[in-house]
Amino acid sequence: MGRVQDVEEQSTTFSDGAIPRVVIVDDHRLFRSGVRGELGDAVEVVGEAGDVDSAVHVIGQTQPDLVLLDVHLPGGGGVEVLRRVLAQHPRIRFLALSVSDAAEDVIGVVRGGARGYVTKTISGKELADAIVRVADGDAVFSPRLAGFVLDAFSATDAPPVDPELDRLTQREREVLRHIARGYAYKEVAKELFISVKTVETHVSSVLRKLQLSNRHELSRWATARRLV
Amino acid sequence: MSATAADNPQLTRAADGRLLGGVAAGLARHLGIDPVVIRLALMALSVGGIGVAVYVALYFFVPAEKPEEGTGAEPGADSRRKGRDISQLIAYVGLAAGLGFLFLLFGGVFDPLLWFVVFGTLGGVILWQQANPGRRGQWMSSTVANGTGRFLMRTGTGVLLVVVGVIGFLAFQEQLQNARAGLTFAFTLIAGIGLIVAPWIIGLVRERDQERRERIRNAERAELAAHIHDSVLHTLTLIQRRADDPREVQRLARVQERALRSWLYQRPADAETTVSPALERVAAEVEEEHGVPIEVVCVGDCPMDEALAAMLRAAREAMVNASKYAGTDSISVFGEVEQEEVLVFVRDRGEGFDLDAVPEDRMGVRGSILGRMDRHGGSARIRTAPGEGTEVQLCMPRIPDLRNGREHG
Repeated sequence: MGRVQDVEEQSTTFSDGAIPRVVIVDDHRLFRSGVRGELGDAVEVVGEAGDVDSAVHVIGQTQPDLVLLDVHLPGGGGVEVLRRVLAQHPRIRFLALSVSDAAEDVIGVVRGGARGYVTKTISGKELADAIVRVADGDAVFSPRLAGFVLDAFSATDAPPVDPELDRLTQREREVLRHIARGYAYKEVAKELFISVKTVETHVSSVLRKLQLSNRHELSRWATARRLV
Repeated sequence: MSATAADNPQLTRAADGRLLGGVAAGLARHLGIDPVVIRLALMALSVGGIGVAVYVALYFFVPAEKPEEGTGAEPGADSRRKGRDISQLIAYVGLAAGLGFLFLLFGGVFDPLLWFVVFGTLGGVILWQQANPGRRGQWMSSTVANGTGRFLMRTGTGVLLVVVGVIGFLAFQEQLQNARAGLTFAFTLIAGIGLIVAPWIIGLVRERDQERRERIRNAERAELAAHIHDSVLHTLTLIQRRADDPREVQRLARVQERALRSWLYQRPADAETTVSPALERVAAEVEEEHGVPIEVVCVGDCPMDEALAAMLRAAREAMVNASKYAGTDSISVFGEVEQEEVLVFVRDRGEGFDLDAVPEDRMGVRGSILGRMDRHGGSARIRTAPGEGTEVQLCMPRIPDLRNGREHG
């Protein structure tokens, strides 16, 4: 697993006990305070925002490790926050958090640069785990997101434009399939006889493909899902 | 609704929107232009007699459109269109009669004066048709961009025809010289009035746009309000009454959440024809009965058949078992449709059990899951151990040959 270390050359790793500094962006104040309460001491909440402009401002000022980002926001949505913040601060990590089931929302925000997507029904502990994971530079997929990705990359007649980016490897599919079945990373690792770190590498690589692939099926597929 | 002009439909005689035999309407739809243009052209041709022949020939050679169920036109629009049909038909007949009369009066297709009169009249007809109250109402209420473009094109054509007709008529009568002073005066006057009135008209148009947008928004809001009132408020009331029973509260909230989601994201409602919605529906039913949240993720889809229906019944049994005995607060269901097989996984993180300790005669697992899958040519695996949760894995080949082969072998 030597190559994994090269990717993870970070100054701080939060899995070792450092507490990530987090900004919560959501237009429902009730929800923000609820998340704050559920996370408790696991993270340090350094700021909150309720719309795109104030989010960009708060994030720029506080320079957090991670932003918990709602997909639907007044002023352009989560994608707009990603666009404006990542242009200036590419090191800040985003974890998208939404009630939306719509494929184009999920795929849109991940392609916009979020390193993970979880639904708002997630428990406080799971959310804290996800935050630590994303803050460490890994990717976090909910079962639903894994399903969407499998669907989007599923075999089509059209040959891939860039085989490196347009196809998932057998192993990556296997990992995603287990996540879609409701397995946690640790359980996936045990099931496939690989280390948790390797599972993380596979998921990060899927995330990279999802973000960089120009496969037009990705967008066409998302549109089709919406029309159905 | 009518934005399909780009993909030319097959040439048929139109069933709706027709005046006589549907020839003009069908041809217009095929060419993607306004039927009025076709009708006027046919009529112009008819002055010499050719148009009638063309029409009759097309009527016999072009197949009639097959009547389609539910083409999307609401009954209100339909009846309005019918009402307009007759008046339009009368207008066309009147116009044809007038043209025939002029033809006789001026004696010959080659008299240019006749053509200027024809131009003027055609332009007039187009412009007057724009002022039809029904059409105006339609134009103001819906299909904004599309309607406006057509309106502008028609108005432009109408004005051009009238101007050509009038000037040509005057020129031909050698009255243009005399009329020039008067025309100059009229133009100046119109330009002046235009300058004064233009801002006011633009204001009116903007106001109308604003009004229309407001109306659409209000309609949407009313629909949303009605929906929220019917379902969400109702559920919230129930939740308040059952506040002492957390399980029931959760069940109500989940049911409502699912209803709202399917309403917002419009999942396919037809649960009988393909696997993915059917699996979601089965999960929803089990969840409603037993009150344990079930998360469903589905990849791919394919049409249902008998064996897949059996698989869903087995999956249902697995979900029911997990809800009843696992003692967990969430169940994950994953369905995947592959090229050759359909897989369903039902997983819980509950207590689990010792499979060997289950008595032979207990129907739940053996009969409803393992046996059922076996009978239909599929397979089932149960992975469980005390304290480690349970996962039921179901697999059904998609190609019937494979199923039969397995049964015989």
